[in-house]
Amino acid sequence: MTDLAASSPIPERRARSQAWWNAVNAWLLLLPAAVLLVAFTHWPILATIRHSLFITKRNGSEVFVGTDSYGAMAADPIFWKALVNNFWFALGTIPTSIALALIMAVWVNRNMRGRGFLRLAYFTPTVLPMIAVANIWLFFYTPDYGALDQLRGLFGLGGWNWLGDPSTVMGCLIVMVIWKEAGFFMIFYLAALQQLSPDLDEAASIEGASRWYTFRRITFPLLMPTTLFVAINAVINSFKLVDHLVIMTKGGPNNASTLLLYYIYEVAFTFQDSSYAATLTVVLLTLLSAIALLKFGYLDRRIHYQ
Amino acid sequence: MRGRTHPVEAVAAWLLALIWLAPLAYAFWSALHPAAYATSFSLSAPWTLENFARAWKQAPFGRYYLNTVVLVTFILVGQLILSTLAAYAFARFRFRGSGIAFALVLLQLMIMPDVLIVENYRAIAKLGLLDTIPAIALPYLASAFGIFLLRQTFKSVPQELVEAARVEGAGPLVILWRVYVPLARPTYVAFGLVSVSYHWNNFLWPLIVTNSVEARPLTVGLAVFGAPETGVDWSVITAATVMTMAPLLIAFLLFQRQFVQSFMRAGIR
Repeated sequence: MTDLAASSPIPERRARSQAWWNAVNAWLLLLPAAVLLVAFTHWPILATIRHSLFITKRNGSEVFVGTDSYGAMAADPIFWKALVNNFWFALGTIPTSIALALIMAVWVNRNMRGRGFLRLAYFTPTVLPMIAVANIWLFFYTPDYGALDQLRGLFGLGGWNWLGDPSTVMGCLIVMVIWKEAGFFMIFYLAALQQLSPDLDEAASIEGASRWYTFRRITFPLLMPTTLFVAINAVINSFKLVDHLVIMTKGGPNNASTLLLYYIYEVAFTFQDSSYAATLTVVLLTLLSAIALLKFGYLDRRIHYQ
Repeated sequence: MRGRTHPVEAVAAWLLALIWLAPLAYAFWSALHPAAYATSFSLSAPWTLENFARAWKQAPFGRYYLNTVVLVTFILVGQLILSTLAAYAFARFRFRGSGIAFALVLLQLMIMPDVLIVENYRAIAKLGLLDTIPAIALPYLASAFGIFLLRQTFKSVPQELVEAARVEGAGPLVILWRVYVPLARPTYVAFGLVSVSYHWNNFLWPLIVTNSVEARPLTVGLAVFGAPETGVDWSVITAATVMTMAPLLIAFLLFQRQFVQSFMRAGIR
């Protein structure tokens, strides 16, 4: 903060005490945030790893078991089911919502009549609580009575238990999450599109390039950093999104819709097995750290500190 | 390309917008009509506020509202103070270990309290805070995201303004308050909107640490109210759902531009 020239011994000592005073001030400013961050982020991360190596007996004493819990986890079919579900959930939601987001952004960015209304319509689901969204969609999927089955009824088809059947439950949840997230991703594309020079489009149209060609060869490649940024955030999000499961399926039927974080929640607070929950959390933390390394190591050189 | 839009595209854009609004429109329809019309759409269906009245009577939504407002305010005020101080340290002080400290702060952007539910529950239980509003707020009070956003903003404050204030004899805290904070207003608004919407909507953590009407926020109250075991009728549940999301939705409709810009600013950094 202060750059005092150190020419003679006395100012040098003053400069040093100034630097010391500076550091004290800085750490005092940091202290409140640092205490809470350590207490609720750094310490819990370390404690999770530690607790995954112990089991708690009924009398409350802890016994070191090494990697036994990890062995049990590898043999737990529900864990694998949750992990595979997370994969399908991400694969089902992310590419489609990104594609939709891009289309929405291109439309909203045009001089189209009513673009304010379009933007509003696309973005609105983003500000709604997931739990309210789940309530509304739960009703669409209700057998016989729900909107979806009423629609089927028009075509003379019978009722279907959408959320109660392992073959349809994941698809139903994926459609709902796409609806919730696409508008959120749209605004990142919108921001990027607004920064592109209009000259590019003009030049392309003077050259006689078709609009589709311009989009495919010029606009889309220029939006690549945005796409990567959105994709990474979407992946991180897909590990956190479990609110709807509590209301809609409780991970069922037969764990067909369970996700890793939801399984952790169940193991910790329904089955009361906090050591195993810690083991599962270590897997989640490892996955998130891997994504973080990818993001900070590769992506942020382009995006973060412009 | 911005000028001309093919009519087919315009129709598609509008169609998608209508599909996107349909679930919400449906929720309002069902909440504002008698249960008999919950699934049958007819222009002659009578309008009613009865569902809201019943929801309000059957569960303590007034208390849930109060809890959520207290929770969201508590978190926002805490985050603003802590992030401002920490961001100031990172932006304008040179001290040993600042690089590592900043990296440790950024870690929270990746590993949020949302995934550390098991250990944080243990900590809150040890503190004897289970089933209180501070229990919901504590893990979120120090926000890496807030610190990061404000640090970026503070770094762009012109050094001349800071020097001018120093010449007038202002100390570091006075400079922070008089120079940095006023200039960072857009960032505060952006962060505030994102934080309020996030914590208004947050569900899993409050569900875990609360257990009584006195501490439960709206989202958890709604989930308890709408659980199938309670046998409450569908229209009333939709009315409760609409009540839960109404304040944010109204705020969003009023300040649409501000919301979109805030989410944009917040997400891009």
